[in-house]
Amino acid sequence: MFYSKKTGNNIVSEYILEVQDLTKIFPGVKALSNVNFKVRKGEIHCLCGENGAGKSTLMNVVSGVYPYGSYEGKVFFHGEETKYKSVKDSENDNLAIIHQELSLSPYLSIYENIFLGHMKTRYGIINWRQLIMDSRPFLEKVGLKENPETIVSKMGVGKQQLVEIARALSKKVELLILDEPTSSLNDRESEQLLQLIIGLKQAGITCIMISHKLNEVLEIADSITILRDGESISSFDVKKDKVTESMIIQKMVGRDLTHRFPDKKHKVSEEVVMEVRDWSVYHPEYPDYAVVKNASFKLKRGEILAFCGLMGAGRTELMMSIFGRAYGSKCSGQIFVDGKEMDFHSPKDAIECGLGYVSEDRKDLGLILLQDVKNNISNSSLKKISKYGVVNKDREIIEAEKYRKELNIKTPSIDQLVKNLSGGNQQKVVLSRCLMADPSIFIVDEPTRGIDVGAKYEIYCILNDLVSLGKSVIMISSEMPEAIGMADRIYVMNEGLIKGELSREEMSEGKIMTMALQRIQEK
Amino acid sequence: MTDNKTAGTAQSFIQVAKENMRNYSMFIMLVVIVVGFSILTGGININPRNFTNIFIQNSYILVLAVGMVLVIIVGNIDLSVGSVAAFTGAISAILYNTGLGIVLTVLLTIVAGLVIGAFQGYWIAYEKIPAFIVTLAGMLLFRGLTYIITNVTPITPKTDVFKKMSSGTISFDFLKIDNLHILPIILGLFLVLILIFFSISDRKKKIKNNFHLIPVTYFILELVFVSAIIMILCVQFARYRGLPIVFVILGVTVAIFTFITQNTIFGRYIYAVGGNSRSAKLSGINSERIIFFVHTIMGGLCGLSGVVFTAYMNSALPKAGELFELEAIAACFIGGASASGGIGTIMGAIMGGLIMGVINNGMSLMNVGANWQYVVKALVLLMAVWYDIYTRKKAGMV
Repeated sequence: MFYSKKTGNNIVSEYILEVQDLTKIFPGVKALSNVNFKVRKGEIHCLCGENGAGKSTLMNVVSGVYPYGSYEGKVFFHGEETKYKSVKDSENDNLAIIHQELSLSPYLSIYENIFLGHMKTRYGIINWRQLIMDSRPFLEKVGLKENPETIVSKMGVGKQQLVEIARALSKKVELLILDEPTSSLNDRESEQLLQLIIGLKQAGITCIMISHKLNEVLEIADSITILRDGESISSFDVKKDKVTESMIIQKMVGRDLTHRFPDKKHKVSEEVVMEVRDWSVYHPEYPDYAVVKNASFKLKRGEILAFCGLMGAGRTELMMSIFGRAYGSKCSGQIFVDGKEMDFHSPKDAIECGLGYVSEDRKDLGLILLQDVKNNISNSSLKKISKYGVVNKDREIIEAEKYRKELNIKTPSIDQLVKNLSGGNQQKVVLSRCLMADPSIFIVDEPTRGIDVGAKYEIYCILNDLVSLGKSVIMISSEMPEAIGMADRIYVMNEGLIKGELSREEMSEGKIMTMALQRIQEK
Repeated sequence: MTDNKTAGTAQSFIQVAKENMRNYSMFIMLVVIVVGFSILTGGININPRNFTNIFIQNSYILVLAVGMVLVIIVGNIDLSVGSVAAFTGAISAILYNTGLGIVLTVLLTIVAGLVIGAFQGYWIAYEKIPAFIVTLAGMLLFRGLTYIITNVTPITPKTDVFKKMSSGTISFDFLKIDNLHILPIILGLFLVLILIFFSISDRKKKIKNNFHLIPVTYFILELVFVSAIIMILCVQFARYRGLPIVFVILGVTVAIFTFITQNTIFGRYIYAVGGNSRSAKLSGINSERIIFFVHTIMGGLCGLSGVVFTAYMNSALPKAGELFELEAIAACFIGGASASGGIGTIMGAIMGGLIMGVINNGMSLMNVGANWQYVVKALVLLMAVWYDIYTRKKAGMV
């Protein structure tokens, strides 16, 4: 029996997990602020919220990915405060987390993966045959009909997910956390997985599931907690409160919109600067899987065009593949720039044709962290400041200083390594690089992710200045207020398809969310 | 890659010195080692004769290190350089013995190296086979081919002209006073004047453009320091047999590639690709082409190194170039290059090569056997890289 000693109440805690006033701060960003969250023993509890609302962060704190001491507030498991130093500690407490990105060892077999890290040995020697036998009941439990000796990477993602769950079960799990388990599954696999989760509940295992798919949430959840901007907004008991999808959406999006965006006074001309027709993109590793399907859209001069949708809807993949096939195994379709059909083979071609791309992944795809600010700014446009291939370093300094002043990049000097800059200033460096190459079409992917409010406002102003100069901007944004506050037109993507177009008059968070969440009807 | 000359206006002399300490640390280490051995050997290691010899004995490794540091900056490694140098060295001897002139021989050998480099570069850059594997194959392939074309017997160049490439010096009798060869000193003074002229005009331009400046005292001290080194080198050469030809070859190579890495678009792209290849690609850099060219250049420098080594031995040996690759790689890492790419300088690699050369030479003078030389060099490599990582961590650069 567990009595909550810390709170002093001598009642058996009906909650298996309690989170009190949890605050987690990353450099420059408050990911969670004063979150309260309670999970009853034996229930299925769903966590909902927009991208970046803090769902995964919360689960990472609970499971010890972020160790005790790196956050403020308290987490109680079975009524006792947890002080996990690592995931290992939470596993010892029978708590398991299955991340969105699967963490199986791809070239090992099913049974090896199941027992990885806790293999039974005798004098340090593994009895493989015994392990294979031991793995069978777990495979049965999760309904995976495969030979335990099958190599994991040869199975589909859905089956791999089941192996993950089997692994959690083999460790006598009491609380299982699933982070968007169905995001990469098809309908049939998803349904199978949901049934499995319900089965686990009947076996007495408590589950927390993060999901964007509201129909699934309503299908299986006993309780729902909604996070927004790192705060816990409200919790529902599904049966008692008669929860509907629109109730959830309303809670997910409602927020104050005043004075977060500069006024938009864009003069959008009717001239189409870029048109994309029937663009399809295939996954780099699974060439049969279309990440983007038959996308068609138009971009006008002087316009900010936003692409909304959930993570994994295919927005980044669409834009990166347009930008010189920087993503995907193959793509098909047509791109017209200023009415002429283009065929970009590399980002270099796209840049030469007047496109600029600012990646959402600043650290991996945007910057060269080892280099200083001025080199990062000039990298795309060295030809402009060179003669006979020799770089004019004085001009480089002049240009870099110019952008430092214009964009208000806060750095002690342009010789500072970019890795020492804050997120907002790093983003300004990437923008400067793109600006210096002077493109006429800017594609900015989540330009304000992970940066503070002040820097966000400055970046919005930069984008407005660009369109006022007659340039065009495509902005991928997962923050709906940002898209509505900035864009002249919005396309909403959902599962690789452009689901709809919203003019400035039609825009609302409810409409975007509905389009982004609606399940595509099976044909 | 940070340019020393723009470290900031408001900084004090000591601050600037501290910031640049890391850049000079390898040089200071070299000086300490030279002084240490001169104490241990009673000054033999710094007498003009030995001083000149250190350059001659290490020239072929230093030439390889120049190419290797480019390969390492771009994030790769080249294990084939020893075999390729042996192969091209053999080619040079064969070509020369057919009666071709020395200049044509050298040029054709470098071209052969470039072709070999391009061959390996193709597999690495366009077929995406890891450089480690391609050059491991190259190491075996070109060793084998060396045995085949030399028939496993040394090939000796017909005339002594070939030998001059390594041990010869440039000197004219009319520029000789007593036993002093004046030419190196004249050239040294000339170089120093050019250096001073360009540094001052650069500083003036910076003042005009209102850039950050380093303090005047620091600026002058740095100039004096660099000038002094040039003059010490030249005086030492003057006191022995004049300017070694191999030093000229090395100096020109270093100058060309320092200029390329620091001042050209190509050089910038090498650092960009090595620092983050995916980001470089999205910046519009054709990273495959950069990698291809870097390996091609490495091949060309293998050719040059092969010629120099054949000249040094006055014979193309089938077993030439063994372990050259490891010496060149060690030189780069001692000189501050990063194994994960994006960091490294030509001068650093030269310093690293010289540190190892001086240690080799010093221990030979002290009659320490080759066995112990390996042990000491291993420790130096380990300590140097450890120190580099340690200071980098402290400076928040990792």
